[in-house]
Amino acid sequence: MDDRLLVTASPHIRDNTTTAGLMGWVLAALAPCAVAATILFGWRALLLIAVTVFACVAFEYLWCLLLKKPIPVGDLSACVTGVILAMNMPVGMPLWIAVIGAFVAIIITKQLWGGIGFNFANPALVGRIVLFLGFAPRMTAYVYPAAASDALAGATPLAASVDRSAVSLLDVFLGVHGGMLGETCALACLAGLAILLYAGVIDAWIPCSILGSAFVFTLLITGSLHVALVELCSGGLLFGAVFMATDYVTSPLTAKGKLIYGVFIGLVTVLIRHFGGMNEGMSFAILLGNIITCLLNQYVHQTPLGWRKPQKAKKAAAEKEPAAAQGGAR
Amino acid sequence: MFKTLKRSAAGAAVPHEKGTAGMQTVQMPVPKEVLIPLQMHIGAPAEPCVQKGDSVKVGTLIGKAGGFVSANIHASVSGTVKAIEDVRMVHGVMAKAVRIEADGAQTPDPACVPPTVTDKAGLLAAIQACGLVGVGGAGFPTHVKLSAKVDTLLINGAECEPYLTTDAREMLECSDTIIAGIEAVMKYCEIPTCIIGIERNKPECIDLMCSLTRDMPGVTVKPLPMRYPQGAEKTLIESCTGREVPQFNDAGKPGLPADAGCIVMNVTSVSTLGKYLKTGMPLVAKRLTVEGDAIAKPQNIEVPIGTMYADVIAACGGIREGVSLGKIIFGGPMMGGAAPSADFPVLKQNNGLLLFSREKAVLPEPSPCIRCGRCIKGCPMGLEPVNIVECFNNKDFDGLKARCVDLCVACGSCTYVCPAKRLVSQNMALAKAWYLAEARKGGK
Repeated sequence: MDDRLLVTASPHIRDNTTTAGLMGWVLAALAPCAVAATILFGWRALLLIAVTVFACVAFEYLWCLLLKKPIPVGDLSACVTGVILAMNMPVGMPLWIAVIGAFVAIIITKQLWGGIGFNFANPALVGRIVLFLGFAPRMTAYVYPAAASDALAGATPLAASVDRSAVSLLDVFLGVHGGMLGETCALACLAGLAILLYAGVIDAWIPCSILGSAFVFTLLITGSLHVALVELCSGGLLFGAVFMATDYVTSPLTAKGKLIYGVFIGLVTVLIRHFGGMNEGMSFAILLGNIITCLLNQYVHQTPLGWRKPQKAKKAAAEKEPAAAQGGAR
Repeated sequence: MFKTLKRSAAGAAVPHEKGTAGMQTVQMPVPKEVLIPLQMHIGAPAEPCVQKGDSVKVGTLIGKAGGFVSANIHASVSGTVKAIEDVRMVHGVMAKAVRIEADGAQTPDPACVPPTVTDKAGLLAAIQACGLVGVGGAGFPTHVKLSAKVDTLLINGAECEPYLTTDAREMLECSDTIIAGIEAVMKYCEIPTCIIGIERNKPECIDLMCSLTRDMPGVTVKPLPMRYPQGAEKTLIESCTGREVPQFNDAGKPGLPADAGCIVMNVTSVSTLGKYLKTGMPLVAKRLTVEGDAIAKPQNIEVPIGTMYADVIAACGGIREGVSLGKIIFGGPMMGGAAPSADFPVLKQNNGLLLFSREKAVLPEPSPCIRCGRCIKGCPMGLEPVNIVECFNNKDFDGLKARCVDLCVACGSCTYVCPAKRLVSQNMALAKAWYLAEARKGGK
């Protein structure tokens, strides 16, 4: 008999799901958006994606090499950040600015906080916001697809000059209008959502609560179903709700927390869009959501099986005398 | 949907691997020697009542219960007592054990006659005499469990651990003694209802139990979802009755199934009781599922208690040729322990022996937590493992208390589902032990 047996604590088997596997599914879910962007805006979209992905992976690799940390590139999380960041840029973005965005995302937002699992905000989101504030003219230099209808040939559906009740819902749904790479095509975002849900990467709480609350609040403010649907499909709302707000690290852990987080983001987005100084509010709403996440994790809990009201439990705990647990699973 | 908001408690979708479910139980040839520890249950160890050189028969009392929460121990083979010695048990503690050299005749002890039971006290005395413990894994003395006053008897046939099929075989091969045991417990303990919970991956067991219990008033069969851990006591109670075992009972002690009006018995326990009432033979043999990718002939095999793992492995054809043995697990792969060698005896509460090859035994390295919340979704008790481990790392007593770490049942679901392969449930166990120790000191 072999005397070098392995002795470990139970359980002795593991699920096949890995971090890299989950990130791989996210990349697969981003594929429809990348295809839609290439169709709508041309081949430069792919170039932009390639450059940001390369920059993100390179920054992460170099940083960990410099700090003599284990190289985490194999978990694909930097690739996901790269693709999402590219999806948040207009197609004409100069490549050197894209590289700055990657630096902000990977080094400043992710690695300075301790790498994967420790960042308090979504790296790609902070990259987007920094570029948006630092390079505003370039970030809003949208390119308009040749096929766009007259109303949308020179403005995004959310621009103040556009009469949203006259915009064709189909054009908005298919993404035939100006905007960032990933966010114009609602169809592709929904396909991505379907892939993520099918693979069990995310559950429906966050996207559904964001989209549902944004839709309801817009409906209440504008009173028009058409406008509410147009707003739902345009700007970063759909892309953000599916790919950015659902980032594991920066969203709450419990179902209840996710629901509150989603409704909060939906509400803030609508408030910024209708009462703030910007046409677009999604990125800032998600950032605020990221910030309240640690509060939600601290105070919003599941109810354990057999849990009783705190006063009773507290009193009982005072006299409590731990006995050997009888329970056991087979 | 609202249920999920309250508590996801989804459990884990573990593989079934029930390849031995269709195999008739094989009787193991009598081993040359058995080593019977006097501590195979929760509670006080039994006191040895034989001496070196004594001759014993199958069913002879060799260890007398050392208190109320304790159990009798009987010889599992006929032969001669070779020694009473201190041995290290497989989980590390020392215990007295009786080493018996078998004569191979397996002569039953003439003192083993069916008990006469007329009331509850008589039944409990009979159970105590036959040394019955919760053979599903916990090893809790059954007579202590049955002394509570309840209204529902739950029979646990979930067998949610992968690989194990001993309970399934018990239901298919010994259904008559299961029914006899259920009838006895319901009659003498005055329990009006009985629910037999069986996971849906055992349709033939569900069909058989349904047909046998059709004419029994108060007895129903409840098919359970195929999510690990359906067989965990508190999960089973909630699945079958909708009741929750409270965290603390009215006396402030940790809640027991009796606080929810339930007693849970494993099918094999209740069947052993039925057999004892019929034949008078106490718990001396146990069916084991011997499985894994390193065993030559996977099978269900009935072995005398105290048989060495090495003998069981040899009886199942030994290690598969060309495979390097990496791990021996007693019990299932989710909650069973890993043995440092094959030189340990089979206990009353063991129900499986798994042999994994080195490739299967080596587990992936942990990577950083990505806070995906899968451990929270999976926890059958509705706990938040990721937060509990964080509190434990900060030695935050109040945080652990608020997050009810004492409710952890160590089912291992959180570690199983973790995509970063972190040792979540292992750290939960440390957190719970630390919390209970601090609470005993009066809390901080």
